[in-house]
Amino acid sequence: MPSRRYSVFAIAREALRQHRGWTRAWTSPEPRDRYKVVIVGAGGHGLATAYYLGKNHGITDVAVIEKGWLGGGNTGRNTTIIRSNYLQDPSAAIYDKALKLYETLSQDLNYNVMFSPRGLIMLAQTEHEVRGYRRTVHANALQGVATEWIEPARVKDLVPIINIDGPRYPVLGGLYQARGGTARHDAVAWGYARACSDMGMHVIQNCEVTGVETAGGQVRAVNTAKGRIGCDKLALVVAGHSSQLAEMAGFRLPIESVPLQAMVSEPVKPCMDVVVMANTVHGYMSQSDKGEMVIGGGTDSHNAFTQRGSWHHVEETVRALVETFPMISRLKMLRQWGGIVDMTGDRSPILSATPVGGVFVNCGWGTGGFKAIPGSGWAMAELVAQGRPGPLAAAFGLNRFREGRFIDESVAAGVAH
Amino acid sequence: MLILTCPYCGVKAEETELSPGGEAHLKRIGPDGTAADFEAYLFARKNIKGVHFERWRHAYGCGKWFLAARDTHTMQVYGTYKAQTAHATDEIVANARQARPEWVPDWPQASEAVVG
Repeated sequence: MPSRRYSVFAIAREALRQHRGWTRAWTSPEPRDRYKVVIVGAGGHGLATAYYLGKNHGITDVAVIEKGWLGGGNTGRNTTIIRSNYLQDPSAAIYDKALKLYETLSQDLNYNVMFSPRGLIMLAQTEHEVRGYRRTVHANALQGVATEWIEPARVKDLVPIINIDGPRYPVLGGLYQARGGTARHDAVAWGYARACSDMGMHVIQNCEVTGVETAGGQVRAVNTAKGRIGCDKLALVVAGHSSQLAEMAGFRLPIESVPLQAMVSEPVKPCMDVVVMANTVHGYMSQSDKGEMVIGGGTDSHNAFTQRGSWHHVEETVRALVETFPMISRLKMLRQWGGIVDMTGDRSPILSATPVGGVFVNCGWGTGGFKAIPGSGWAMAELVAQGRPGPLAAAFGLNRFREGRFIDESVAAGVAH
Repeated sequence: MLILTCPYCGVKAEETELSPGGEAHLKRIGPDGTAADFEAYLFARKNIKGVHFERWRHAYGCGKWFLAARDTHTMQVYGTYKAQTAHATDEIVANARQARPEWVPDWPQASEAVVG
């Protein structure tokens, strides 16, 4: 049964009857024997893929299966930053598509994802970064992505709590994207899940995939904790565990999984209304609507699946941010956590067909997948529905590694996202 | 905090003293390898969730490359060994199998080699 539309009238109506009329936002069905498309991974990317399969391509015989709970992986662990100031053209195209979809996502989904285009500054704290970001501004101008280079005085004006004088990490300027910002990460997953459920798709939680069944080089089914589920097409959208799923299907990916850390402080009064990223020092910070300072840190250098990360990265991040933002030195940190990110060699994602017929992968978003969710889902739905990539996904195929057509975003995406 | 013992100088080094070198025992592809072989050598990685063999350099110590067997899921270290080795020692294999009885090494075992 489609859920009721959320609106100011719905709130008024429910207020008059003690809020007893709210129903569950999505259903939790038992899986059927077979679906046309099975998507593994009910994070933002998987759910967005399902949503655009239904909305843009009319395919609603879809199951999204998830080993844990909805949005409990990297979708619920990131620092919610949204931007599209990338260097290479294919990246700018897909990330800017995502940003444009984010701008109207609450209306599209009838679910408030709390998109907040508060502006985003990437600080340049070395001469090398100054040159790199100026180059990105020029590239963005050619791509039609509005960004600008701003001088230290403007940075100080936008972020009064910042210390631009160093001495260790002086602020030499910044790459500013006024349209960048944040959104509520859980709401993005929940909104997509509700919309998918309304279209009759099945979102199945606590259902780990244990094997992929193929015959004659073609996918037949997935074996799961809730039994065998047949499918014509299979989309693997599982971030950190992409290599494990690929192994079940019988191929390898150019992916290595590492923990990326983040932490959040106690809530304080509003003090910073832009997102600030400092890539030299592996730290980025924004203030949540609750007042917490949300701080993103670095990735571990070695493969791991621990969802916590190495301690010295916390020290590294905080040490540098305390010099740049002296007022945070007295803040207590409430929580620290890690997410397992899937890194490719060129720091760009993979949206591709695979050696197994009917199996498609969407992975390799590394440290910065949240911002891409709507664009990624849009491009992946096109790939799965048509069996070949559309314009957004074309450059992100697996064959780019063999052919040497890397989309090198290690400058834009090496650490912080 | 990850701590590995350098098999050359014997120092118990924590990870800020080390620099990582990725998956160990990759076989370099020779001139007669195919494009697919070379692609696999350069890019395809096992990315194991479990017993992982990897290269490390004791960068702020003796400076030498060595190999480690580590569990990427539990972070347990099964042992370290010298770089000039075709595969991990029997002791490391025993440690790994004690923690993960279902795990089997993906290289021919001494006993099998004798039989074969």
